[in-house]
Amino acid sequence: MKQQTFTGSHSLFRSLENEDVETMFGVPGGAILPAYDPLLDSPIRHVLARHEQGAGHMAEGYAISTGRVGVVMATSGPGATNLITPLQNAKMDSTPLVAITGQVGTGAIGSDAFQEAYTTGLAMHCTKHSYLVTDADDIPNVVHEAFHLASTGRPGPVLIDIPKDILTAPTSWSEPSLTGLPGYKPTIHGHPKQVKAAVAMIEKAERPVLYVGGGVVNAGASAELLEFAEIVNAPVVTTLMARGVFPDQHKLALGMSGMHGVYAATTAIQKADVLVSLGARFDDRVTGSVADFAPNAKVIHVDVDPAEIGKVRNAEVPIVGDAKSVLRALIDRTLATRDAADAPPRREWFELLDTWKTTHPLAYTQEPGGPIKTQYFIERLHAITGGHAVIASGVGQHQMWASQFWGFENPRSWVNSGGLGTMGFAIPAAIGAKTARPDDLVFALDGDGCFQMTFQELITATTENIPVKVAVFNNAGYGMVKQWQNLFYDGRISATYLDPTVPDYPKLADAMGCVGFRVTNPDEVDAVIEKSLAVNDRPVVIEVVTDTEEMCFPMVPAGGSNDHIVMGPEDL
Amino acid sequence: MSQHTLSVIVEDKPGVLARVSAMFSNRGFNIHSLAVGPTHVDGRSHITLVVDAPELEQVKKQLHKLVNVIKVQELDTSGALQSEVMIARVSCEPADRGQLADTAALFNARMIDLSPVSMTFEISGPPNQLASFVDHMKPYGIMDLVKSGRVAMKRLSDISPAVMVPQVR
Repeated sequence: MKQQTFTGSHSLFRSLENEDVETMFGVPGGAILPAYDPLLDSPIRHVLARHEQGAGHMAEGYAISTGRVGVVMATSGPGATNLITPLQNAKMDSTPLVAITGQVGTGAIGSDAFQEAYTTGLAMHCTKHSYLVTDADDIPNVVHEAFHLASTGRPGPVLIDIPKDILTAPTSWSEPSLTGLPGYKPTIHGHPKQVKAAVAMIEKAERPVLYVGGGVVNAGASAELLEFAEIVNAPVVTTLMARGVFPDQHKLALGMSGMHGVYAATTAIQKADVLVSLGARFDDRVTGSVADFAPNAKVIHVDVDPAEIGKVRNAEVPIVGDAKSVLRALIDRTLATRDAADAPPRREWFELLDTWKTTHPLAYTQEPGGPIKTQYFIERLHAITGGHAVIASGVGQHQMWASQFWGFENPRSWVNSGGLGTMGFAIPAAIGAKTARPDDLVFALDGDGCFQMTFQELITATTENIPVKVAVFNNAGYGMVKQWQNLFYDGRISATYLDPTVPDYPKLADAMGCVGFRVTNPDEVDAVIEKSLAVNDRPVVIEVVTDTEEMCFPMVPAGGSNDHIVMGPEDL
Repeated sequence: MSQHTLSVIVEDKPGVLARVSAMFSNRGFNIHSLAVGPTHVDGRSHITLVVDAPELEQVKKQLHKLVNVIKVQELDTSGALQSEVMIARVSCEPADRGQLADTAALFNARMIDLSPVSMTFEISGPPNQLASFVDHMKPYGIMDLVKSGRVAMKRLSDISPAVMVPQVR
């Protein structure tokens, strides 16, 4: 047998195996071709996506649902440019991702060669860091650094661009090191003085609120959060990114705040005297008008990324550090001053919160004869599954309803595109999550607009035996955009209508090897959910024909003050 | 908007300057002046940036976020050691050469080119010295002028900057 030369491609796979990569997602092509050969001899599972954007979102879904680094591989040029959306999505949502792209040979770089794109330049704004490998001997260190950068500090996407001749160059593999990162030293532990100041401030607070973001999910700090919230006896607001990190059933849980947040959660922040931000970044969808946001609150801002502190809102007590470590320090400091049970009762504050919960609950009306309300389907799905599912979502009304009406109990059970708002995220992300967690029920809640952006990845799901379930809420268009046209453009409906009969979703599902259902009557919702749960050998698509006119409330119009929450069209 | 001077130590690797300037354009900060060069340490470059920004905290933090950035320091402009290099071509008939050369000498400017219609000077020093030189050359007519980015370094002595300005020969 011919002795195979050990090349850059072999070194790449040896390096990926060294990082304990079990699954990667990708699409091959010319420049990355050499890397697809040693794949045949590697224990790493490669999921062949039908589009690089899909592969990228799959890697994100894998990472979000597990906390592990997602890996995606694509070729040069169009392969790389198709990855830009997932990279920016991962950057905005701080998702650990390593993207490997092929590049034209080093001699051809800059010559406008076939399938050439300046990938590291394109990726500059949408990655945490990027590499162009110019020596095959660098591969072990570059891959090790990339995984370290992607998964530590504030996680994010890292891109490795490898020219074809580097992939074929003879090389050897050596144990990698991190000596090549002299400027990268994330701060993990909060400053003790600041921790002390924060605890003193929280203890004295009459109306404290814990404002919890995705950083707590990334830090794996849900247990610490629960312990801390109970010890200090403070209500917990979870951002869109943090859904699941604190159990919605808990008496201290207020749910999501912001543009489509729960009234009590949004208002609690407005009336707070101390706002404890934990791994959250004061996103405009949370704050509304920044000048009017939490006007009476002193802010304690905990974030692993120092640049987030003071970026939007000045913090009285800034704490740079990992949420898990800082929460532990806050707990320890609190317990050093008093017993766990001696928290301030804050009766007036909790009475006020209860009043808001009662007077302004999340609400919708499901007429018995239909049409189906998306909220109703989500509530029924939750009831029937007991909430034991990983929920992936697209972007728009259905996403907000999923966040509002799905009672989340566990971290990493919510896979969505928060910062970038990438329509079409749900299906590939659900596939990635199901790949990582094959024993869990993974349900994509999707809109018809979103579905039509990435549904071809259901072919991937069928052929790779990844039995995800997809509910497509067919409201004949881009519901959230239409909602804004109705509310802010005098009802002038422009380019937001999608013919609800095309495609025929069950037929399309069938053509892709999935089981397809259609449900139009609220009475049949339970039955179709049960039927979908009975299918375990292939993907399922349920077309849920929903009310085309339903709008998502509560709502704070963009840039408005969170003091003025619109509960329904009658409030406008 | 106020000007700030930043001294930034970075890894000497391809693309680092692009990352720094890309971050500035991405975040909407404006670079007034930029100078890059190697340092005495292998693998380290020094970037001196003069930036227009209402406040520098966010700029500094965003710079720090770049993986290849090792150290970011804001320099107190009044106290820092600062230098720029300028070449100025000044309109000059042979009869006026003596007068112009005298003025240039007062600023420690060196004549590096001479033509029947012009004299060309090279001058280096702190920005205010160069600005003053330009003022004195203006009446003769400046034909061409190029200036380098500002380089700067923290001052360690407590000697007044006024004393440290290069003395007139």
